[in-house]
Amino acid sequence: MEQNDTTYTEEKVTFTLAGALAGARKCVPVVISGCAVGLVFGTLAGQAGLGAGEAALMSALVFSGAAQFLVLGLWASPLPLAAIVLTTLVVGLRHLLMGAALGPVFSRLPRLKAYGSVYFMADENWALTMGEFDKGRRDGAFLLGGGLLMALEWTISTFVGGAFGGAVEDPARWGLDFAFTAIFLVLIAGMWKGKSSILPWVVAAAVSVAAHHWLPGQWYILLGGLAGSFAGVVRRGS
Amino acid sequence: MALATYATRAGGLWLANRFELSERAGAWLDAIPGAILVSLVAPTVLTSGPAEALAAVAVVVVAVRSGSLPLAMATGVVAVVLLRALVAGLT
Repeated sequence: MEQNDTTYTEEKVTFTLAGALAGARKCVPVVISGCAVGLVFGTLAGQAGLGAGEAALMSALVFSGAAQFLVLGLWASPLPLAAIVLTTLVVGLRHLLMGAALGPVFSRLPRLKAYGSVYFMADENWALTMGEFDKGRRDGAFLLGGGLLMALEWTISTFVGGAFGGAVEDPARWGLDFAFTAIFLVLIAGMWKGKSSILPWVVAAAVSVAAHHWLPGQWYILLGGLAGSFAGVVRRGS
Repeated sequence: MALATYATRAGGLWLANRFELSERAGAWLDAIPGAILVSLVAPTVLTSGPAEALAAVAVVVVAVRSGSLPLAMATGVVAVVLLRALVAGLT
């Protein structure tokens, strides 16, 4: 029987402070570049008529940069509630896949810890957590540690941006817009499993680029993720 | 909006807990992280322009050789700024 790298069934899953701190430490680079984005969001929110406190509250409760930026584009009076909720759901669809990927390990944590942690799941700490699981480490608090740090930074930087809006120059001038891409690339490099990675990743990239070109918003992430992951199964099955 | 976002986060976990994992399902779940990460970066790396594409190569090279995420990230940021300036200067 084929033994894959991530054998979820036998290993013990822990949830410790040490794990959380490790997660937080790993998220520090993400958090530093995230501050720039938070500042930008806070500033834009101010321009759309939100107060610094309101913007910060949104960041604290929603914790999704993509959704928040998109919804800001819809901001009008009266608020188009249906459009806002629908946009949020669509933007968040990839979270279904991400949550499912955490499933095998997280299903062995007590419900409160699992569902509580996942509130703080963002692309970056999710990707780092999957990297940890890939290496055989099984501390469920890793996600939460990084997530809490990110949530804190996101909320604070939004507030600062809202309060002192206009103080941030164009992040692209400093290459900071590339920071997230760089982090994801490092994680991808770590996930390389040799030949079996080629097909799914090529498919994911192709579908993603095509979807990005033809479809609005964030569909490209979900579609690329689905296409690539299914391509990964097809290869295994044959 | 907060509820909708949390619903997507919790939903995936809930669904995964409900179904027994077959080997195929396990393979699918295994493939998701890589596929999503690749999908996240592909448009930027492949269609933004030469500066981003080359900076991406630099990031991967530094990542593989140094094993340091902050170093690779810094490399990418610096590289993209320099390359963008170079491209702008050449065109």
